[in-house]
Amino acid sequence: MAHVLVVTSGKGGVGKTTSTAALGAALARGGERVAVVDFDVGLRNLDLLMGAERRVVYDLIHVVQGTAKLTQALIRDKRIDSLFLLAASQTRDKDSLTEDGVERVIRELRPFFDWVICDSPAGIERGASLAMRYADAAIVVANPEVSSVRDSDRIIGLLDSTTAKARHGEPMDKFLLLTRYDPIRAERGEMLGVEDVLDILCIPLLGIIPESREVLNASNMGTPVTLSNPESAPARAYDDVARRLKGESVPLVVPRDKSGLFNKLFGRRAA
Amino acid sequence: MKLMGWFGRQRSAETAQHRLQVLLMHERGGPGNTDLIPILHEEILAAIGRHIPIDADKVEVRIERGDAVSLLEIDIEISSLAQHLLHRRAPAVDFRHTSLR
Repeated sequence: MAHVLVVTSGKGGVGKTTSTAALGAALARGGERVAVVDFDVGLRNLDLLMGAERRVVYDLIHVVQGTAKLTQALIRDKRIDSLFLLAASQTRDKDSLTEDGVERVIRELRPFFDWVICDSPAGIERGASLAMRYADAAIVVANPEVSSVRDSDRIIGLLDSTTAKARHGEPMDKFLLLTRYDPIRAERGEMLGVEDVLDILCIPLLGIIPESREVLNASNMGTPVTLSNPESAPARAYDDVARRLKGESVPLVVPRDKSGLFNKLFGRRAA
Repeated sequence: MKLMGWFGRQRSAETAQHRLQVLLMHERGGPGNTDLIPILHEEILAAIGRHIPIDADKVEVRIERGDAVSLLEIDIEISSLAQHLLHRRAPAVDFRHTSLR
């Protein structure tokens, strides 16, 4: 039976979809069966980051409404056999997602996978609320930046009050994934540090993903960063997160990209 | 190293631009356009279903959208009983691949 995770943040642009794709691919490459599910109805993007945008026939809404079977809507990744995508609809609006429909889809996915990763839309509206509703645990993605941390705090409140687990009086597991982190700027006091963010949000830290040009490269190519350049700093950081999710104890370090000549000469000053 | 880095970036930006061009060309076809495949799926199955029994669970629909040509692939698993009917009634037609321009 699958662990169902929601990747959420409140704020947009902090790296939810990047993280969903990277973690899904990292887990699947390790032999796990993984489904990544895009809940951003109307503004789907996970298909693009997975490089499957030309292959979407049926989507989450079709399955929710019963137009298509789950097996028909799941798109198998071309690189990793055990990785599947359930795309969001690009044309319908968020109201097409129903609570019962989402519950049924998650229930149907569970027996077939080890991991179901739900990519939440930004905001705190219906889409975000339904993405987290039936999850077992939440990955809260935040940047070390004031508005992102504030929105994460808001999302943590929602996770504790509106999810199915919370409504049944069970504690909802929540983990922080700090993305776009620049250790040098944090050290200089120009960016909130890891401890600063943890002090405010008070949830366990799952991982720190360093700011890296490899993330844009991966998105351009439609390949999760853990596959496009597995040796890169963000890929190694996401791999560590995947191993922690599987229960391994992995020391928390922020990997660094091997720097080129330019960075060696000017990197510290130009950062 | 640095030159390789520059070339690498350029290539990925070109890839991004090309992917977006193909994708948006299909998406700008209008809101009804993306539902064309489900409609085709239903109508093709109905047409075949008039002649031989089909189990809706044993139908796979795939699409690969390309710049000039898209490939729509409909795989229909036909049971041995239905296969018998197929050979008797419609021997010469292969429904497996349909190309859409």
